[in-house]
Amino acid sequence: MRISVYRFNPDTDTKPRMQDYEVKTFQGMMLRDALLEVKKQDESFSFRHSCGEGVCGSDGVNANGTNVLACITPISELKTPIQVRPLPGRPVIRDLVVDMTQFYEQYRAVKPYLVRKDPLPEQEIPQSPADRDKLDGLYECILCGCCSTACPSFWWNPDKFHGPAALLQSWRFLADSRDQATEERLDALEGPYKLFRCHSIMNCVEVCPKGLNPTRAIGHIKELMLDKGL
Amino acid sequence: MSLPTRHFDALIIGAGGAGLNAALQLASAELRVAVVSKVFPTRSHTVAAQGGVNAALANMMPDSWHWHMFDTVKGSDYLGDQDAIEFMCREAIPTVYELEHAGVPFSRLDNGKIYQRPFGGQSQNFGGDQAARTCAAADRTGHAILHTLYQQNIRARTHFFDEFFAIDLVRDAEGVICGALVLEIETGEPLLIESKATLLATGGCGQVFRTTSNAHINTGDGTAMALRAGIPLMDMEFFQFHPTGIAGKGMLITEGTRGEGGYLINKDGERFMERYAPRAKDLASRDVVSRAIVTEVKEGRGCGEHGDYVMLKLDHLGEAVISKRLPGIRESSKIFAGCDPVIEPIPVFPTAHYAMGGIPTDRFGRVAMPAGHGSEEVVAGLYAAGECACASVHGANRLGGNSLLDILVFGRLAGKDIIDFVRENPYQRTADSASLDWAMARLSRWDQKGQGIPVQELRAEFRKCMEDHAGVFRTEAIMSEGVEKLREIRARLPEARLTDHSKVFNTARIEALELENMVDVGFSIAVSALHRQESRGAHSRPDHPERDDQSWLKHSLYYQDGDRMDYKPVRTKPLTVESFPPKERVY
Ligand SMILES: Cc1cc2nc3c(=O)[nH]c(=O)nc-3n(C[C@H](O)[C@H](O)[C@H](O)COP(=O)(O)OP(=O)(O)OC[C@H]3O[C@@H](n4cnc5c(N)ncnc54)[C@H](O)[C@@H]3O)c2cc1C
Repeated sequence: MRISVYRFNPDTDTKPRMQDYEVKTFQGMMLRDALLEVKKQDESFSFRHSCGEGVCGSDGVNANGTNVLACITPISELKTPIQVRPLPGRPVIRDLVVDMTQFYEQYRAVKPYLVRKDPLPEQEIPQSPADRDKLDGLYECILCGCCSTACPSFWWNPDKFHGPAALLQSWRFLADSRDQATEERLDALEGPYKLFRCHSIMNCVEVCPKGLNPTRAIGHIKELMLDKGL
Repeated sequence: MSLPTRHFDALIIGAGGAGLNAALQLASAELRVAVVSKVFPTRSHTVAAQGGVNAALANMMPDSWHWHMFDTVKGSDYLGDQDAIEFMCREAIPTVYELEHAGVPFSRLDNGKIYQRPFGGQSQNFGGDQAARTCAAADRTGHAILHTLYQQNIRARTHFFDEFFAIDLVRDAEGVICGALVLEIETGEPLLIESKATLLATGGCGQVFRTTSNAHINTGDGTAMALRAGIPLMDMEFFQFHPTGIAGKGMLITEGTRGEGGYLINKDGERFMERYAPRAKDLASRDVVSRAIVTEVKEGRGCGEHGDYVMLKLDHLGEAVISKRLPGIRESSKIFAGCDPVIEPIPVFPTAHYAMGGIPTDRFGRVAMPAGHGSEEVVAGLYAAGECACASVHGANRLGGNSLLDILVFGRLAGKDIIDFVRENPYQRTADSASLDWAMARLSRWDQKGQGIPVQELRAEFRKCMEDHAGVFRTEAIMSEGVEKLREIRARLPEARLTDHSKVFNTARIEALELENMVDVGFSIAVSALHRQESRGAHSRPDHPERDDQSWLKHSLYYQDGDRMDYKPVRTKPLTVESFPPKERVY
């Protein structure tokens, strides 16, 4: 099978190029396996990867124009020759490795941690199964960045718009019956950019490798804001 | 040599559960703490833990930390230190509540309490009925815990060095460890971090085996760093093979599947664990179940074309239970085994999973080593916690759900002890130039150009060797041959060369440094295993099938210098309760 990967090494290259490799396939081969095969042939090729099972979120890449997590994307689902590029819109450090600094900054900006103001009980803070169910589809995010780097609003304003991944986490805490910082969280999202730059294009939903739905979460935040505003 | 240098009160190498829980204590106490991780923190392998964390909360049925302690001592095949085990099992309860308060989205019961599932080796009342002690966030407990700890560290403003690779520990002129040389992966530039105390929390080393549930990054770096600093490794022969890895691939299918009622079958559809462990059946301890599976396959009752795996049956649990309690497993099975467990069983075989041994520490995470004449001495300013450490709470076999517990309890305690240590030792030490040169040489060695053995080739050969010669069943002949092969690989390692000498994000260079670490750690496993002439826990020798408490109720210590072995007694005296004397171990 032929695979064409994006190559750029700032130490030696002045501009990026696509390079083709011929790799042997096997039953059940994932895109990460194919990239490892490329690495075997050419050790100068760099990409991030680790767990190999879709939980660490290291190997978000763009394959044939769509953001995917390489380790859980079967090559049988991709048209050959597979074109593999870095996640779009981020500065490229080398080959498929992009600079995710801004993505992490946006994540930190939503204060992604539980805030509890009441004195803590000696045991667990009780939560009903129904309340706990509200966190399903939110807490599972692996911060791979596939969503935010597929979002035109994030491409244009990565410094101002929080992006789908961060906003999903914002809602994860707003939706948590144990959290006691609703007002602060909503206040911090005011203004035309941080939240409201989302135009429901839904690219995030389409590409999320964990099947999560940031657009819906953003919708919930907007609703809550309206409720509070009235 | 003048290197860019940063100074901190404490340096933590590793941002998994152990490192992050330690960092949280330090940052909350307003100490200057640096956390170095070769990957972004939430990509540490704690994220992959599925089943849950043990604590006798008694949310499902009566339970007590004392029963938990008994199960852990028995599970360890009596090799665990009972003072450390008592401590861990007591601390488990406040530790889990603390995690919950920090935001971990645990699954819940109707009364609002944390959901707990049965796991292997758990009993009520010192060996009675099955207990349910494993606190779970569906089957994504590690993810839930790791992300929560990272989030709380954001809140505490911990200083992170993300994607920095630790190369080696450095010492001052007096020989005291005072930080580490690290490499910024993005720029390829070295950086010296000097600290008053250093914590190794670099996680496991499962990559030394070819088929493993461990991530690409689990290469035993910190473990090897300790070895090179002259510290022995304890009980390295005890490596856990988890019974249910996806056959041929190694990805984990949590024991929680069996906790929820799944069971194993052979090609005849027989629930074979009934023969090996009549009482606990599929929830016997992991070493027992792994040996049973390998035996079934060896005796011709394996499934599939080559008869080389068994099946894990879950469909009788029904779609509702599987989707609610095991959603991640359903997803992984579909992706990697091409089967939906709601309809058909999953093909499984044991996979290299967990290092029971590691850097020897006391109960406070302080690295401790023999100082001659039977006494032990703490290595000033050096700490270890998490899978790279050996406190020793798992002995010869770890119980499922006890590792997340171990990393959290001892990570936290190490953090607390470092706070005291730094207060008592407030002066910054300076790395000695000889020590720095030595560490720098490890890096510059890979700048050598010219023809040589490719790193990937040697890596593949090494991992295959470990799998063939240090697996579930080990005989003298197999292991001696393995050690010979390892010697040969170690001798060829200096001939390995990189073709890529560029600086920016050079992952080939990182993998070369990792290979050196893996070979060092692999040696400790193979040599310790060859020497222990008995079967205990995960170390199973058909040529010495019995446990031998007379000669072998002792911890192994492997020194890199001359591949030398030493031994030290097991601490059989708990802190407050009576000791559990060794008994025959049946499930
Ligand atoms: C698939 C799987 C499922 C599991 N399920 C369970 C379970 O349900 N319950 C349970 O109790 N246990 C479980 N375990 C075991 C448990 O998850 C691990 O033992 C534990 O998470 C290890 O945590 P840690 O903090 O020690 O290391 P890790 O989480 O592995 O973190 C190690 C850290 O060290 C860093 N590091 C390593 N080397 C270097 C270096 N050279 N330079 C810089 N940084 C470095 C890494 O970047 C990482 O941040 C499971 C293990 C696996 C593999």
